[in-house]
Parts: sequence; C-alpha cells; structure tokens
Amino acid sequence: MSQGGYFHSVRLDLAKCKGCTNCIKRCPVEAIRVREGKARIMEERCIDCGECVRVCPNHAKYVVTDGLERLQDFRCRVALPAPAFYGQFRPDVPPGAVLAALLGAGFDGVFEVAVAAEAVTLATRAYLERGMPRAARPLISSACPAVIRLMQVRFPTLLPHIIPVETPMEIAARLAKEEMARERGVNPREIGAFFITPCAAKVTAAKQPEGSLVSSVDGVLSMSAMYAEVLRRLPDVDLSGELHRSSGMGIGWGAAGGEGRALGTGTVLAVDGIHNVVTVLEEVERGTLSDVDFIEAQACVGGCIGGPLAVQNPFISRVRMRRLVEEYGKRGPGVDEAEVRRRFRQGFFDMVKPIGPRPVLRLDEDVTRAIRKMDRLEKTLARLPGLDCGACGSPTCRALAEDIVRERAFETDCIFQLREHLEELAERMVQLTRIVPPALSRDKAPGGGGGGEPEDRG
Amino acid sequence: MVEELVLEFEVRGLDFAAVGEASGSIKRTLQQVGMEASLVRRAAVCAFEVETNIVIHARRGVVRARISPQRVVVEAEDEGPGIPDLELAMQEGYSTAPAYVREMGFGAGMGFSNMRRCSDHMEVSTEVGKGTRVRLVIEVGKA
Ligand code: SF4
Ligand code: SF4
Repeated sequence: MSQGGYFHSVRLDLAKCKGCTNCIKRCPVEAIRVREGKARIMEERCIDCGECVRVCPNHAKYVVTDGLERLQDFRCRVALPAPAFYGQFRPDVPPGAVLAALLGAGFDGVFEVAVAAEAVTLATRAYLERGMPRAARPLISSACPAVIRLMQVRFPTLLPHIIPVETPMEIAARLAKEEMARERGVNPREIGAFFITPCAAKVTAAKQPEGSLVSSVDGVLSMSAMYAEVLRRLPDVDLSGELHRSSGMGIGWGAAGGEGRALGTGTVLAVDGIHNVVTVLEEVERGTLSDVDFIEAQACVGGCIGGPLAVQNPFISRVRMRRLVEEYGKRGPGVDEAEVRRRFRQGFFDMVKPIGPRPVLRLDEDVTRAIRKMDRLEKTLARLPGLDCGACGSPTCRALAEDIVRERAFETDCIFQLREHLEELAERMVQLTRIVPPALSRDKAPGGGGGGEPEDRG
Repeated sequence: MVEELVLEFEVRGLDFAAVGEASGSIKRTLQQVGMEASLVRRAAVCAFEVETNIVIHARRGVVRARISPQRVVVEAEDEGPGIPDLELAMQEGYSTAPAYVREMGFGAGMGFSNMRRCSDHMEVSTEVGKGTRVRLVIEVGKA
C-alpha cells in the first residue's frame, strides 16, 4: 500500500505510454491527464473501473495483482474463483473440471465464490424482509467495488442506499477459512485465501476494503493468469473429488442481471457498464426511480465476465454462463438456507463500517475559497473554445479550466488559446518593426531613400 | 472578490430530452465547491423541479443558481401561461400537466410540495398569460 495514502490497483507503464490521449476521455471520474507526453493517473481519484485498461491501444495500463509465489507465505491455501471464471472455458468443460484443475495449481482447497453468492442472496432476502427504510429506496447492490467507489466520489448522497451486506468475495474468504480450519484442524491464521479476480476493483477491495475493517482475502490472482494455469492442467484432471457445489443461483452472479435474478423479489433494475451506471445513478439522485426496489449495478459491460482481466469475449462467455445457469438451475444452493438466516441474525453478513464519501473532486477545503475558485473556473471556461478536443491533455475544456484553477495547468496549454496568443504576439512584433528608433529616423528622413523601410510607414 | 457565484441556464419548453441538464450542472457545481451532501440533494431537487416545470408548461425560461457560503438560491423565470389558481396548484397531487406528459413520468403534481419540502423559503409570483417566477432559498447548515 502506498504510504498512508489511498491504494488503487490500475497502474501505468510509462515506457509503453505514447501520450495518445485515448484514455483521458473514457475515465468516469476524469482522473487521467496527459502531461509532458505521458498519461498520469491522479491516484486519489481513480476508482479502478478498468476503462482505461481496456481502451489503451499500447497496453500501457495494467492491473497489479499478486503472483503465485505469495502462496508460499501460508501453510494452507484455498482458491476462491469468481463465478465469471466458469464462463471462460469451452462448453464441454464443466465447473467441476475447472475447480479440479485449479486445485492442482498449488492449492489445498477450493471454495467457490458462487456458493458465497448464494449465501449473500439468501442474506439479502432476509435483509429485505426486515422492511426497508423508505428514504433509502431503491436499494443498491454492494457487490461491484468500482460502483461503490464511483458513488463515494460522484454520488455521495446515494451512499445510504447501498445494501449493508458483505460481498460474495469477502463471505467466500470467511467461509472457506472456517471450513478448512474445521476439516484440517489448522489455525485459520495459517490459511491463505486467494481470490481469482476478473478486475482491478476487486484487488483494491481486498487490499483496502470499504465495508469491513480488514479483508479476509489474503491475495488476489489475475483471472487471465489462472486461466492459463487451469488450461494446462485440464487434460489430466481428476474429476472424482466432486468439488462443484454451486447452483445456477450463484453461478449467474458472474454475468449482468444474475444477481437480481437470484434475488427473485421486487422490481429489479440491472445496469452494466460504468457510463450507464452513471446515468442510472443520476436518475436515482433525482428521485425519479420510486418504482424500483433494487439496483444491480456493475462497472463492466456484461457484468464480471466483461472484467478487464477476463480472457474470453464477454458475449461468448455470456452464452456459456446462461447455459451453466440452466444446467445447474434445478439443484439447490450449495449452502443451507436456515444456517444462512441464523448467521445473518448474528451479524455475520453485516458491513461493519459505514461507507463514507471521498470528496476528491472538491475545489478547496474551504467553501468560500472554493466558490471563488469556481467563479474563476467558469470565467476561464468561457474563454476556452469548448471543443473538448483533448489536445491539452485534459479530458474536456471544463477539466482544463479546473486544472488551471488548481494550478496544475496554464491557459496556453490550450492550443487554440496559444494560437491566439501567438497571433497577438506576431502583430505586436510587426508593430515593433515599424517603430524606428530616433537615431535612425534622421538617416531615413523622407526622400532619404532608405531601402528596407515599409512603404506604408507614416 | 466574488461572494456569490451565479450560474444561469436557458431551458426550452417541451425539450424533454434535456431535462436534468441545468439541475445536473448545479448539483455538480455544489458538490465541487464542497457543500454538504444534504444541502446538495435539496438544492438539486429544487433545481430539477423548477427545470421540469419550465419544460412542461412554458415556452422558454431560465434557471439560475446563486451560490454563496451562506445559502443557495434557486431561481426560475419563464415565459408561459402563468398559474390561474396558485393556491390550488400548490396542493400536493394537483397537476395541470397534459396526459401525455404525465405518461412520461413527469408532472405528477408533486412539484411545489417537493420544492417546499426541500427549501427553507419559497416565493412564487405568477401572471396569467405572462409567466411565472419562483425563488427558493436553501440555507447552509440547516439540514
Ligand atoms: S481505472 Fe477507471 S477511474 Fe481509474 S484511471 Fe482508469 S478509467 Fe479512470
Ligand atoms: S462488474 Fe465485476 S468485474 Fe467489473 S469492476 Fe465490478 S466487480 Fe469487477
């Protein structure tokens, strides 16, 4: 973690960045600027949505994950594959085979996050049965950490709408450790839980959780790296272990709409893609969605199968996920409902820490000064051309005006402003050439016939 | 030195696609200057209500936000039909919006009651055949 500061997991490889400005416009929180030919991520603003990872043509953006060597730090290790992992493989590869191959990659156990998703679904139902506070409708899912971080930065007034139930990733780590400690008689502290992630946001959620004080996830492995590990081991996998417990209810969470479908109650609005999420949250803020009970919002198009670390095309994995949901839809969940309800009452699923705002877009700590800066921002903006061309390295003219007010840029960073400036300067220079110093003007008196003088002088 | 920041937006009648642009900008600005979340929410609702009123009922109008460290004032002025019976219009659920507008989810007759609920002070003046002016004051520090 960066010293005492804010951790986030999307990084830039300076050597690969060409300063092309492709990324600056995609960022939903305007966290990227190009300065001196290289992109810069304003660390405290980044919500790890992964948009810039996807859009960079030079692959200069990457996601920091843990390496497999981290497994060595623990006596026992358990793998926690996200539901979306199943959708990465060919249709003839059942989840059981994926889990068995995963086990062979250096783990002592696997625990499906899909099973935890079932538990979270049942716990959420129990939460809803308590009756929801009227002010906080519609309720918003807590599952996608990029959406949670987006809300902290851009929609702080909506934070009370978030369902205070922990995420499947977190619950999976807790349940996996309990199970392994019980079965093997080891101390839970000697067990390392490794989440296999489709995205950057989950890495951040594990390293710097929002709803809990510490995460039970000890390491986060990239889905694309683990895909290769599993693929290699698939041909000689042992299927006798019956590792696959989850049903369609939990598997479905891997794709957009699955969480809401699993919940199966109330009016659900499912939205995917961070920019679409922004438009829906704007509606919630306006109070126009009173007919909706529950919002499932995911930063990635298609849901987690569209995560930046997924390998398969999300439209292809969507078909596969749908088939899996159908195939395992009839069997009961891999968790016991009465047990989930009992533990829900005990607070096992509760977020213990309220999710607070992160006002990083604020112009100044002091409102009076901020208002003055905003006034300057508006006036500066009025002078800019309003083309949002991005050539200055800021995503929009408004963002450049903001950067100027924050003293991170100059008005002449705008090429149109610079051109006007140069024009003025050029005119001034022409004028200057026409002013003749008195010492010379005697020689060049009318009729004196100095050659190089402008004709229109006078 | 500025003590008050004034934002002004033109709003055109029946331009439903643009509903929310003015109030959205006002909300973003309030957030950026660091106003408290509850105040931002109340001011945004006020701005949204006056903005939709212009779109539903008037030919055109302006929405203005005056922002100072002490208060936010949301103002609207329109060129429209005016309100013949203001007292009636202020009642919750009373709406003169045409059916097709209500089908779009606007004009449920909650406009004035929402404004009253979200502001600390409300003034409405109207003249039939001319237009309507609304002034809503939201004081800082009064949740
Ligand atoms: S990950 Fe998302 S929030 Fe972070 S810099 Fe990239 S686009 Fe912006
Ligand atoms: S939608 Fe899923 S994969 Fe994408 S950021 Fe959110 S949690 Fe991660």
